Amino acid sequence: MTAGHLLAAGQAESTGASVTFWILAVISVLAGLGMILARRAVHCAVLLAVVMLSLAILYAVAGAPFLAFVQIIVYTGAVLMLFLFVLMIVGVSTKDSLRETIPGQRLAAGVAAIALLVLLSLIIGHAAIGPAAPGGTRFGVNNVRGLATLIFTKYVFPFEVTAALLITAALGAMVLAHRERTAPKPTQRDLSEQRVAGSHPTPLPGPGVYARHNAVDFPALLPDGTPAALSVSPIIAQRAAESEGGLPAPPLPPGGAVPLPPGNGESAATDGDAERESAGTAPAGTGQAGTEPGGARS
Amino acid sequence: MSPSHFVALAVILFVIGAVGVLVRRNAMVIFMCVELMLNAVNLAFVAFARQQGNLDGQVIAFFVMVVAAAEVVVGLAILMTIFRARRSASVDEANLLKY
Repeated sequence: MTAGHLLAAGQAESTGASVTFWILAVISVLAGLGMILARRAVHCAVLLAVVMLSLAILYAVAGAPFLAFVQIIVYTGAVLMLFLFVLMIVGVSTKDSLRETIPGQRLAAGVAAIALLVLLSLIIGHAAIGPAAPGGTRFGVNNVRGLATLIFTKYVFPFEVTAALLITAALGAMVLAHRERTAPKPTQRDLSEQRVAGSHPTPLPGPGVYARHNAVDFPALLPDGTPAALSVSPIIAQRAAESEGGLPAPPLPPGGAVPLPPGNGESAATDGDAERESAGTAPAGTGQAGTEPGGARS
Repeated sequence: MSPSHFVALAVILFVIGAVGVLVRRNAMVIFMCVELMLNAVNLAFVAFARQQGNLDGQVIAFFVMVVAAAEVVVGLAILMTIFRARRSASVDEANLLKY
């Protein structure tokens, strides 16, 4: 292979890298902007996944194939799944309210962001970052070998400290997630008594009128022909009412099948507010918390 | 593809993450924005490693990933504890130490 071939191959490679870089740069910046603009936390998580996958490909382009795989496995695989699990517990459909709780916070944040951008741009503009130094196969096929050599020789002490850090983090998470039992554990007798003590000891009626419809969102008919409200899950009823554009469904009687988690949708959020204010957990001393019934929830 | 482009992209992503931390009030989203900032710094480390021609920057990016994973685990556990006590993930709700 002559020098001309090598040069052409290098140019083709750099052109492909440039195209990849620009496409992924645009995608990741747009996804990042969408992340801070999306109101639902789940959309933020999905857009964060887009950013992380783009960055993984960028690592591969920049000569870090091992880090690209670690990025996909650790970040997109583990960290983001952990985020999604916690989101499922905290409430998937919660929306951020767009009301500012601190006056002028967004303006100040925008000014600070522009100042930070200008500062960092000036710094990297003055830094005169040169072109890529010839690194040989360390940025290609021998990347893992080079990294392993560095980690287990020069950086072996930070590596051991990392092990201690991970164990500490796991222990800390277990301690934090542990719930101290304040009441005695309910026995089987207690559970059965709780089950019968309610207004509905039998299972709730199943949905659907089988002759004409067979769907979970269609209420069953009582013997006198009226629809049985208890036969439809309250979440489905609420979703149906919201998707039809009308007002959210009224809260169901306490005998309903599934209790609505707090902060599930708009109506549940306002219900939760009312509960919280009546319970007195909101600080009544501040005028701000008292005057905004629907805001500041996310 | 010069490393300065990568560093410029890292700067933009870092600023986006910083804005998210400042503006958003859902603790989950704030965590995600912190992750975005850490990712941006990792990208800068990888770019500098490429520019310097040695692998030290990649090793440091690897350690940053480990620290970020530990941070996410502990942070989400704290968030779950707060959510269990306050029934909310908003950072405005955790204000018992304020007054």
